[in-house]
Amino acid sequence: MSTTAVHSLWTTAAAAADPITKIDTPKIEYGQLAPTLIVVGAAVLGVLVEAFVPRKSRYHVQMFVSLVALAAAFAAVVALAAGDYGTTKAGIAAMGAIAVDGPALFLQGTVLLTALVGLFTFAERRLDPEAHGNRVDSFAAQAASVPGSDSEKKAVKAGFTTTEVFPLLLFAVAGMLVFPAANDLLTLFVALEVFSLPLYLLCALARRKRLMSQEAAVKYFLLGAFASAFTLFGIALLYGYAGSMSYATIARVVDGTVQDVTPALANTMGNDALLLVGAALLVMGLLFKVGAVPFHMWTPDVYQGAPTPVTGFMAAATKVAAFGALLRVLYVVLPGLRWDWRPVMWAVAIVTMLGGAIVAITQTDIKRLLAYSSIAHAGFILAGVIAATPSGVSSVLFYLAAYSFVTIGAFAVVTLVRDAGGEATHLSKWAGLGRRSPLVAAVFAVFLLAFAGIPLTSGFAGKFAVFKAAAEGGAVPLVVIGVLSSAIAAFFYIRVIVLMFFSEPRPEGPTVAVPSPLTMTAIGVGVAVTVVLGVAPQYFLELAGDAGVFVR
Amino acid sequence: MNPVNYLYLAALLFTIGATGVLIRRNAIVVFMCVELMLNACNLAFVAFSRMHGNLDGQVIAFFTMVVAAAEVVVGLAIIVSLFRSRHSASVDDASLMKL
Repeated sequence: MSTTAVHSLWTTAAAAADPITKIDTPKIEYGQLAPTLIVVGAAVLGVLVEAFVPRKSRYHVQMFVSLVALAAAFAAVVALAAGDYGTTKAGIAAMGAIAVDGPALFLQGTVLLTALVGLFTFAERRLDPEAHGNRVDSFAAQAASVPGSDSEKKAVKAGFTTTEVFPLLLFAVAGMLVFPAANDLLTLFVALEVFSLPLYLLCALARRKRLMSQEAAVKYFLLGAFASAFTLFGIALLYGYAGSMSYATIARVVDGTVQDVTPALANTMGNDALLLVGAALLVMGLLFKVGAVPFHMWTPDVYQGAPTPVTGFMAAATKVAAFGALLRVLYVVLPGLRWDWRPVMWAVAIVTMLGGAIVAITQTDIKRLLAYSSIAHAGFILAGVIAATPSGVSSVLFYLAAYSFVTIGAFAVVTLVRDAGGEATHLSKWAGLGRRSPLVAAVFAVFLLAFAGIPLTSGFAGKFAVFKAAAEGGAVPLVVIGVLSSAIAAFFYIRVIVLMFFSEPRPEGPTVAVPSPLTMTAIGVGVAVTVVLGVAPQYFLELAGDAGVFVR
Repeated sequence: MNPVNYLYLAALLFTIGATGVLIRRNAIVVFMCVELMLNACNLAFVAFSRMHGNLDGQVIAFFTMVVAAAEVVVGLAIIVSLFRSRHSASVDDASLMKL
């Protein structure tokens, strides 16, 4: 870093004087922020529905409100993209707080579609047997009642359902829409909390295995709060370094192209220490959210304990939003530090790919297995992040879109395989599933092959794009390790397929529930996207390629 | 007084909070340590704000307080529901799921 890059941490009192006249009238581009505003509005409306609509009709009203809001928000994203806001008209909205550009719109669209499919799995009410003549969903009758107590039995008997999950889902989606589009560090932090807090609650709301669900929520909450405290301290240090929260200003200070450097005060402090420690803490918080080794410890427990529809949504959408934010931070705020963060991300990507794939081999629970598989996938996506080229961005965008639909579909299939205690998640119970329910097993096999990256599935197209970008970006050893850990990962995916199709069904094995059209749609969309993105990825690769430029 | 001293204090408080999260066993105390970390961040924001002579840091401190308050609501709800079903808020007892 040259001496001009070192800047002043102090300003004279005169510069700060007369602050009142300098405040600009806020200018909000409501049209460009429409996707987020629609979802937030619907979430608030959902809270009012909880308060004023009679209990009997709440489920249908909430379902309708959420469905309309997510569809409308997606339409708004498509309209913005069609209006060239992703390419030529890309800009910064809301007084520098939110970027409206290609990656933001692409990821917002992905999050909204994922949430729409996730909503269908949330609303499913035909999997569990009816309780006292009432259809029940995957969520606790009354979250406040103690598991196994009289009050819980009363709540079940009265037919209560936790319809609050719909507004909680919408609040989480709203945070996820802002997270990859945040253009200053404060917005980033607020969005992080807005999408995390509803997810903590959703994790605690399972109808079956409630102790496990509450345990998962406590673990997720404590570790998540711990990680976001680190993120916030990183933000504080970056603010101390640059004197601004804006991504563009921080990037200019890092580059040394900032205008108002006062050389006399330039060396009052070891500024680079603030920058390096701050950036490390901030990136650490984001890596926690994507579930990269060594910040992955929460992933298997939370994925296993949370209600399966929540797991599916969380696994898919959180990854999309968090990788979007990580890309923007690394590419917009810290491109000047590229030679510092690339080696670190190399190491993280390698241990994430290998760690996720190797530990997954020993798993005996299907949800934990998918959790470790998601860790391995975070490593593959990180390989694309490291490329630091436009094709790196677009390959990551494509991978995220492909991965999210496979994930949500796979977890939707997990909700179908049930025994007396709810979902039968232990792998031994899945033995011979292909003999008893060939269709369900075949669909799950398609998802597993996509996870493994077998050609003609979306997983292959995504992995190919990411590894190609990484190789072009000069990370050939990373690609070799990536292919190696893909092979390790393929082993346990294939093992599950072999277990389903080539072993004898156990006499006391689980049954496969017949779902309503809601879950069928979710699984159908997952299979369709997996096959289409695998067979004809060109259009979507071009779409991601067009969306691959950040605005600053 | 030199504002840099407040930064040292903030770093110290943050470290105490982080250490507390790692070594304490009661979920409520762990959570209080997280809050201590957030408040250390607030102190750092305000100190930097004074040093830079702009108000951004002070505004952010308010946002952090609101976020911390929201986190308390969610966190206590989860911890209390765990306590009511297990009669213990120890993070060591919550071990149904293991590798």
